[in-house]
Amino acid sequence: MIEAVGLTKRYGPKTAVHDLSFTVRPGIVTGFLGPNGAGKSTTMRMLLGLDTPSSGHATLNGRRYADHAAPLREVGAMLEARAVHTGRSAFNHLLALAATHGIPRRRVEEVVDLVGLRQVARKRAGGFSLGMGQRLGIASALLGDPATLILDEPVNGLDPEGILWIRNLLKSLAAEGRTVLVSSHLMSEMALTAEHLIVIGRGRLIADTSVEEFTRQASSGKVHVRTPDADRLAKLLRELPDVEVESADGEDGQVLEVSGAESEQIGRLAAEHALVLFELTPQQASLEEAFMELTRDAVEYEAIVSPTTSVEEAAA
Amino acid sequence: MSTATATVISTRAGEGRVTLPRVVNSEWIKFRSLRSSYWTLAATVVLTIGFGALFCWATVNRWDHLPPDERAHFTPVEHSLRGYFLAQMAIGVLGVLVVTGEYSTGMIRASLSAVPRRLPVLWAKTAVFGAITWVVATVSCVVAFFLGQAILAGKHLDTTISAPGVTRVVLGMGLYLTAVGLLAVGIGTLIRNTAGGIAAVFGTLLVLPLLAEALPSSWQDNIVPYLPGNAGQALATLHQGPHDLAPWTGFGVLCLYVVAALIGAAVVLKRRDA
Repeated sequence: MIEAVGLTKRYGPKTAVHDLSFTVRPGIVTGFLGPNGAGKSTTMRMLLGLDTPSSGHATLNGRRYADHAAPLREVGAMLEARAVHTGRSAFNHLLALAATHGIPRRRVEEVVDLVGLRQVARKRAGGFSLGMGQRLGIASALLGDPATLILDEPVNGLDPEGILWIRNLLKSLAAEGRTVLVSSHLMSEMALTAEHLIVIGRGRLIADTSVEEFTRQASSGKVHVRTPDADRLAKLLRELPDVEVESADGEDGQVLEVSGAESEQIGRLAAEHALVLFELTPQQASLEEAFMELTRDAVEYEAIVSPTTSVEEAAA
Repeated sequence: MSTATATVISTRAGEGRVTLPRVVNSEWIKFRSLRSSYWTLAATVVLTIGFGALFCWATVNRWDHLPPDERAHFTPVEHSLRGYFLAQMAIGVLGVLVVTGEYSTGMIRASLSAVPRRLPVLWAKTAVFGAITWVVATVSCVVAFFLGQAILAGKHLDTTISAPGVTRVVLGMGLYLTAVGLLAVGIGTLIRNTAGGIAAVFGTLLVLPLLAEALPSSWQDNIVPYLPGNAGQALATLHQGPHDLAPWTGFGVLCLYVVAALIGAAVVLKRRDA
């Protein structure tokens, strides 16, 4: 359980995080989402007491992080993959962290195996690829077998295999009843991993909602209908209250964009009048679009000319 | 690398809490798992013993040609320990690196996440680095002394460990070098940057005495003996000059500087964002 209450961080005149309050519940993966520069990392550092909030406070499992007698057993954190001395081997890095809590050597070996670093564990961490560094960061977060995990951009730099691995790992950790907070600037990744979302932009809370709810709100409410009997169906639909219909020519038959009616309603109406439907699809804005829409005003660094690349490309 | 998701719940992580002895153990693991530690300690040993032997050998060779003045001021125990001048640089660099190496790599965030009360990290670093430096420096000085005297014996210039003050000088040099190392740990924590930290340590030990020489001599006499390096070296000086501090007084002054640096370091470590 993570509770942030009015977290605020000011650097001189600039406010990086503004009056941020949220609760992260155990048992599910919570995505912490925001564009680059939104204040995600600053917030996470404040959760761990690495940065002192200008005002507000945060508790993890009921206490401030620094007040825990054995913090690594309560909270496992991966803030930046590169929180490792480059001259030290991965194994010794973990061993040194484990030693502060009297965590035995066999647990170090266990997490090394768990993240798949056995073969390189004795090599200097400075030579690690980004993906290996992420795995080492996750290993150090898991050392104390903590009830709460805080991971900052864990999928950064991982190959598709690694991303799948992280996704499954996070879900299984949450399924074990742990609190899992994962930051990302990629909506698409969070849609696949998280159940709940905390969205921030320019250091302010934009949304604190389930992924489902977020998706629903993001949907346009339109239904896409493809039918050879477009004219008749459009006429019938227009008789319903508050329904608007736009029509366009499709490849075979016409396409209607219906707003104000649920797809079930449209399907029944068509059946009653024995009209053929080729397609009946509720239109959902992609999560990326919803996210972009939501954070449009909150993007820290924005190209002056809108990029022509699609969101998918930009995200990749 | 495996994609299998092994079960993560484990009883193997144990149950202990963070204690100072455990943090000391952690710092010991950190120290011994870096190559730079060994290189720098090796440099300390080689510089202390090697240069001590070299100076003694040179003196033995040139003794017959030395002016009477130099012969009169010759102190065999100090001469065999002259390598300290370079060894203190190696120890100062290592003391700074023990801390700034963590800042430059980001390791400090992992360290302070594990020990969020922070100060135990500083005390543990001080204890571990102090103990290691003391052992290595003392052993190096003892070896340098006996090797140097063996060389000086060629001209019957040697002294013995039981001669008055000699033990104090030999062991005192080990203490002086240890104090320099701890001063560097404090400065490294204050400055958090390797280049800046090393510059500050060298400045304190090497440049301040030179600057002080520009002062009027009456001021010099009141200032120079109290500079960290000069004060501490009093312990490793056999016969004090007219303006030198008494051996243990001088070392006490250096220790005050060390304590001040470490207190400043503690305040800064506790307050600043990591």
